[in-house]
Amino acid sequence: MIKLINLVRTLDNQRVLNGVNLEIPTGKITVIIGKSGVGKSVLLKHIAGLIRPDSGSILIDGFDLTRASVREIQEFRKRLGVLFQGGALFDSLTVFENVAFPLREKTRLPEAEIQKRVRERLAQVNLPPEVENKYPDELSGGMKKRVALARALIQEPEILLFDEPVTGLDPPMTNTIFHLITKTHLETGYTGVVVSHDIPKVFEIADFVAMLHGGRIIASGTPEEIQRCPDPVVQSFLRGEVDFLEA
Amino acid sequence: MFTVLGWLGHVVLRWVRNTGHVVLFLLQALALAFAPPFRFRRILQEVFFIGFKSSTIILLTASFTGMVLGLQGYYTLRKFGSESALGSAVALSLIRELGPVLAALMVSGRAGSAITAEVGIMRITEQLDALDTMAVNPLQFVVMPKLLAGLISMPLLTAIFDVVGILGGYLVGVVLLGVSSGAYFSGMVQSVENVDIHGGLVKSVVFGLLIIWVACYKGYYTERGAEGVSKATTEAVVTSAVLVLAFDYLITSFFM
Repeated sequence: MIKLINLVRTLDNQRVLNGVNLEIPTGKITVIIGKSGVGKSVLLKHIAGLIRPDSGSILIDGFDLTRASVREIQEFRKRLGVLFQGGALFDSLTVFENVAFPLREKTRLPEAEIQKRVRERLAQVNLPPEVENKYPDELSGGMKKRVALARALIQEPEILLFDEPVTGLDPPMTNTIFHLITKTHLETGYTGVVVSHDIPKVFEIADFVAMLHGGRIIASGTPEEIQRCPDPVVQSFLRGEVDFLEA
Repeated sequence: MFTVLGWLGHVVLRWVRNTGHVVLFLLQALALAFAPPFRFRRILQEVFFIGFKSSTIILLTASFTGMVLGLQGYYTLRKFGSESALGSAVALSLIRELGPVLAALMVSGRAGSAITAEVGIMRITEQLDALDTMAVNPLQFVVMPKLLAGLISMPLLTAIFDVVGILGGYLVGVVLLGVSSGAYFSGMVQSVENVDIHGGLVKSVVFGLLIIWVACYKGYYTERGAEGVSKATTEAVVTSAVLVLAFDYLITSFFM
């Protein structure tokens, strides 16, 4: 279980997180929704240990990430995979080298075993073997996301974080990525945290949904509970209404 | 009065904080050179990029610098009937000052700017964050090999600059203008001392460190997309050029 307790974080003199409290259940997919710029990605980076909060705690199975040493955070990250918004593939490495990178850096597996695992992961995300020798700039947006997913899965993480996994993709590719998230989750059973504002599609993959607004979680529950939530801010967001004040 | 003092205190504190941040960045990266995994392959790749790939521009600038020194030196020394001192003048100018400084400015423009852009793009496309989340320290993987490569490459490039510059001076002074070849080299041997070579070597090592340090730091803390990378790259080249000239004065005054 991942527990976020009263997280506060100010960036550029703006209070982005203002007391976030959330419990993320183990082995489930939790989706964090909210408008663009509300701090969803910042929240995800806190869970990845990339940003430290000004105050509050992040407990991961009882281990307090916010008070951990650099070495402890490095140990925690061996259990973690992250799919970044743009994929964050290393542009000087081929697809194969990108996916193999965590294994080459963090294990002493023989090259034959690395090859076998990389090809398994690429097949798992429906990528043909021909892409192995391509560079990231030769791939489409959807392919980049699938390579990044394969890389995130290569070390069989217990926790997998997805930062806007379908942003910029066309509807068929959006469906493909959501299908792959569900499929890989069923196959490996990781705890997934997905940040997205792709409503209502994202409800199809969610076991649990939380909405971030004004620096706080204003609603959380199953997808059905969120859709029935009486909060006008939640309902306005779900209906995609224009925020005239902001517009 | 108190407002002015308060403002001054704020400025000084901010300067101290920023300087500490920059120095800690360097010390952390250098300390990681002694922690496993040792990244020899990455260091060699960076030596190839910073050192070998800068050699063409170093050869070009060195030969023209030496030729200009030969030409200017010849006509100046001729007024005093001392053309035979041309070799000494060219060699001392290159070894003490022009070799280290011009080689550093060339490396700053070619490799320093490329490093800032590369690291900056890695920052804005979250590649550095990706390394972090894979439990790979980006300072050790990206920055440390570049710093060590700068320390290794810069003295070698400076030595190449000095030798090629001296040959450029020879071409103009001896081949074109008729100074005696023996006088050109014997004057050089008599006037160039170990302290000149040591001074040039120290300068090249310091400049190599400064250029790559500034380039990596500016790239590592790039913000706000493509415009941020452009700004960081400009700042890196300008800052390292100014630092090279300032440290050139400091090191020269130390060796004098």
